[in-house]
Amino acid sequence: MIQVEGLTKDYGPRRAIEDLSFSAQKGEIVGFLGPNGAGKTTTMRILTGFMPPTNGRASVAGYDVVDESIEVRRRVGYLPENVPLYDDMTVWDYLKYMADLHNVEDAEDRIYDIIEVVGMEERTDSYISSLSKGMRQRIGLAQALVHEPEVLILDEPTIGLDPSQIRGVRNLIQEIGKERTVMLSTHILSEAQQICDRVLIINKGHIVAEDTPQNLQSRLAGSQRVAIQVAGDEDGLDKVISGVKGVISASVTSAGVVEFETEAGKDVRPDVARQVIKKKYDLLEMRPLGMSLEDIFLEITREDPAPPDLDDDFEGEEAE
Amino acid sequence: MKNIWTIASREYKLYFNTPIAYVIMGFILLVLGLIFTIAVNDVALGGGQSPPSVNAIVHGPLAFMLVFAIPAITMRLISEENREGTIELLQTAPVRDWELAVGKWLGATLFIGTIILITLVFPIILNNLVEPGIDQLMMLSGYLGILLVSMAFIALGVAISSLFTSTVAAFFTAMGINLVLWWLIAIPAQLSSPQFAAIWRYLDFGGHYNNSMARGVIELIDLVYFLSVVVVGLLVASVSLETKRWR
Ligand SMILES: Nc1ncnc2c1ncn2[C@@H]1O[C@H](COP(=O)(O)OP(=O)(O)O)[C@@H](O)[C@H]1O
Ligand SMILES: [Mg+2]
Repeated sequence: MIQVEGLTKDYGPRRAIEDLSFSAQKGEIVGFLGPNGAGKTTTMRILTGFMPPTNGRASVAGYDVVDESIEVRRRVGYLPENVPLYDDMTVWDYLKYMADLHNVEDAEDRIYDIIEVVGMEERTDSYISSLSKGMRQRIGLAQALVHEPEVLILDEPTIGLDPSQIRGVRNLIQEIGKERTVMLSTHILSEAQQICDRVLIINKGHIVAEDTPQNLQSRLAGSQRVAIQVAGDEDGLDKVISGVKGVISASVTSAGVVEFETEAGKDVRPDVARQVIKKKYDLLEMRPLGMSLEDIFLEITREDPAPPDLDDDFEGEEAE
Repeated sequence: MKNIWTIASREYKLYFNTPIAYVIMGFILLVLGLIFTIAVNDVALGGGQSPPSVNAIVHGPLAFMLVFAIPAITMRLISEENREGTIELLQTAPVRDWELAVGKWLGATLFIGTIILITLVFPIILNNLVEPGIDQLMMLSGYLGILLVSMAFIALGVAISSLFTSTVAAFFTAMGINLVLWWLIAIPAQLSSPQFAAIWRYLDFGGHYNNSMARGVIELIDLVYFLSVVVVGLLVASVSLETKRWR
């Protein structure tokens, strides 16, 4: 459904993405995970026919995004980042406009259906300017779906939403993804893991890893960082903790708080807790520190310095 | 074709949702109504005086006001889409860039056309007031001229709107260009040597209207002139939409 080969895009002298190659099959939900500025939006704009690449090729639903742009655009539903909508139109008029531009037959019926899918029945006659962020997002999704596209491209579809809205949109995407190819971008690891069949990790314009969420999880489950808090004085606690077998390092980060990093493979938290209590510290809290995207990139590039294989095959990793 | 119509009708309907369009329409009709009333009163009082011409009391002031009104009607057509990012959805829909430009132009032309159509009430009333009626062919020729001038101004306005993200900048630029093409160009036309003067005169909007269609003379060269301005304006808009993709 989506085929990308050697895609490169320069904005003037600045290279936004370089030599990207990947593909997505029919019925797959592919996540595009990376921090701000990684090149997610740029890639998606090329795939939707908004801008041509500087180099390389991409095809969507069997059509070339440059040479057969109109054919691609007929078959792609796109939710741009920040969801640009016309504030001065009503929900109904807006969806009718988008449906007409996509030549949708029986547009009225189709719009009723899609409004129901995104749960906006109550607000069909509201002006878009009066909608909340979450509702705008749903109208953006409705607009992307109104012509029943084969491929959906969603740029950060949950950004700026509150947790319950995020859950709603994620469920919707999973529902949609059962019968279509979906490519969505996000900078939230857990989101990619939760809804995607496959995750591409992109950083500084390069794909640094490509895997299923499960495999990704186990690759990242290697080492772990944990913060421990005690009541009162933490004097000598870092020494105590680094003495525990399996702890790589430990250091005081603030009054009463010590952070430590553990080796891969074994969970040493019980050992640490026992030792801390034995030494008569008053243990208040012990919590794993979530891995930031930065940590993940460090982790992945450390494990896997060579360019990653693109065929889901990570057996070449035993070189540790 | 269908895309052009879809875009044009959205723009046309949207004008009836925005106060600025009503203000412009109301202002134009009010001013024309005042001028008309005064002129007709003069005739009634003056008795034997010759009746006012439609050109003097309707077309002249209308053209004058359109020079300023059209930039206000066209300023946001594309600049706002550039600014709000909605252009991204239009340019990823199966719509060609030139269809987008033409659709925007057509929507504004229909709106200005509606205003022009309403002003027909003045010559119709005048026709019933004076004996033996007005010169109807000359009146229609003047209207054709007004319509062509408007179409050309609107095309330039669309082109300028496509080059900006600021509506204010688009407004003042378009108004400046209209002022030059309608009046100021007469100055270099008078000052330069004969060969160049001919070029300046050829570019003069006013010349193509005042000396011909306003007087009931319809000449091919004037029709071709205004239609070429429309084509050039829409071409610039299409190319500007297209080149923005390549940045
Ligand atoms: N229109 C643009 N002009 C110039 N540079 C841009 C433009 N859009 C993006 N960039 C640059 O390209 C890189 C990738 O940006 P982007 O694709 O928006 O990343 P992401 O969506 O992953 O945050 C960034 O360094 C960004 O600054
Ligand atoms: Mg982005």
